[in-house]
Amino acid sequence: MNIIKTLSQNKVAMVGFFVLAIFCLIAAFGPLLYDGSPWKMVQRPFLPPFENSNYLLGTDTLGRDVLAGLIYGTRISLLVGLVSTLIALLIGIPLGAYAGYFGGWVDELLMRFTEIFQTVPSFALAIVIVAIFEPSVYSITSAIAIVSWPPVARLVRGEFMSLRSQEYVLAAKLNGQTHRNIIMREILPNSLSPIIVLASLMVATAILLESSLSFLGLGDPEIMSWGYMIGAAKTVVRQAWWLSFIPGLAIALTVLSLNLLGEGLNEALNPKMSGKREN
Amino acid sequence: MNLQTLLYIGGRLIKGVIILLIIAVFNFFLIRAAPGDPAKVMAGEAGATDEVFLQQLREQFGLDQPLYYQLWVYISNLLHFDMGMSYRQNIPVFDLIMDRLPATLLLTGTAFLLSIALGVLAGVIASVNYKKWVDSLITILSLIFYATPLFWLAIMASLFFSVYLGWLPGFGMETVGVELSGWDRVIDIALHLVLPATTLGLFFTAVYARMTRTSMIETSRLDFVKTAIAKGMTPSRVTRKHVLRNALLPVITLAGIQAGQLIGGAVLTETVFAWPGIGRLMFEALFQRDYNLLLGVFFISSAMVVLFNLITDVIYCVVDPRIELSK
Repeated sequence: MNIIKTLSQNKVAMVGFFVLAIFCLIAAFGPLLYDGSPWKMVQRPFLPPFENSNYLLGTDTLGRDVLAGLIYGTRISLLVGLVSTLIALLIGIPLGAYAGYFGGWVDELLMRFTEIFQTVPSFALAIVIVAIFEPSVYSITSAIAIVSWPPVARLVRGEFMSLRSQEYVLAAKLNGQTHRNIIMREILPNSLSPIIVLASLMVATAILLESSLSFLGLGDPEIMSWGYMIGAAKTVVRQAWWLSFIPGLAIALTVLSLNLLGEGLNEALNPKMSGKREN
Repeated sequence: MNLQTLLYIGGRLIKGVIILLIIAVFNFFLIRAAPGDPAKVMAGEAGATDEVFLQQLREQFGLDQPLYYQLWVYISNLLHFDMGMSYRQNIPVFDLIMDRLPATLLLTGTAFLLSIALGVLAGVIASVNYKKWVDSLITILSLIFYATPLFWLAIMASLFFSVYLGWLPGFGMETVGVELSGWDRVIDIALHLVLPATTLGLFFTAVYARMTRTSMIETSRLDFVKTAIAKGMTPSRVTRKHVLRNALLPVITLAGIQAGQLIGGAVLTETVFAWPGIGRLMFEALFQRDYNLLLGVFFISSAMVVLFNLITDVIYCVVDPRIELSK
């Protein structure tokens, strides 16, 4: 509870939390409450924002409701960001845990493997994977997860390496506990706080990646997303700058609020390490 | 250079080659993992209907042969710089990429230097004015740029500086329809470079600014800095000679990570600014479903990152002899 108290005193982190909470509410209930499809042509094309009270943010190049697109886009951005981060954690945590816990050749092997993924330009890899396996929510989410797990593995490995010689771990070993038990019950719970911080920042990066992919035309063709909206409006930016501006603002706000919250979490959870966040 | 250094560099070189080989194998299996006939995937839309053409492809890549043989053909072709043809443009993939590579190197190189220079400068200014308004301003700006999607920033920058203000060209690498030579051409390209390079580098400018600031503040609390101040050194000299030097180490470590990011970011920047590099080539390949070209660009950009990492490794062990060579 101490953490929540520290966090709630951090004004900047709280701003991030509230902005994010609003986006989460929009993602959860927006499509249910707001009547209108993001694909249906409802008005004349290029209707500027705040002119027609029915379509508050105007319409796009095909006369589709921008506000509806924004609301549906919130859902897909947050969903892809969350799920891909979860998958990345599921890959990165076991790899890092085994490497750090066992050391030796296991560590050597797993870290060489991780290194390959760290060397490859991640966005280019994501593009290739999504393109070859046809754009869909599944291929996009998997691609983002595949390119974002290495920092998790490295972080977890470092944590395990420093914790494995702690007295409580040695005690558990003497107790005759299995490796699996020691990893899952003894060390992992004690290394959770940096993982949580990293995960919150990874969701932000994943949202940026998703929007970049759909901007390039690699979005799921069935789903309206922020990146797609910007990509579709790219060629008409001279006539209708707001069509690119509004979804971009939504992305920036979401990512910014996640970063602020992540940093607040970092300060609350690891007071010693605050400020260091780059890998 | 002594023997140890040479061995170290040799080791790094071998590692780089192994990584590239693994990427090549990955590429090979990716095409075959894709849904449908690999020949059709390789041909993209260009040859989807032409049965003669597909048969030709199957023979060329030995697609009717066993898998290990196909892999062997693929790798040995790659070693001869043969990445197959772009079936859309009917030009060898390797030639297409080499034609576009200099533009990308110019763009990413400029963005890299710009982001380090601006980022470190901003970080130093912020840390010297710790907790004053300049510090807050720099911190807020770097938070914003850290969160802003690159492609959106590129569009907005080109709209504002090129379309609205008319200060800078926002399209292409050279002015179309004008024959320029010598310095006029250099200036023309430099002007075209400003917007793409700045937007591409802005994310890392923010990263470097934040890192430098934190690192400077931490270093300035260390004992040797206190000693320097105590013995009467001027503040600016302490900042330059003692704090900055030591604070820069974590910044340099980041450079290797940045290489991969820059190449990826180049796809977005080059697409927005119509910069004729391999990033735009990748986008075109994507758009035309020219997968052979797509994988070629992916391979070459990975090779660029490996090469860049090798260079930074060599620079490290020349600049900072404390770095362990055994690793």
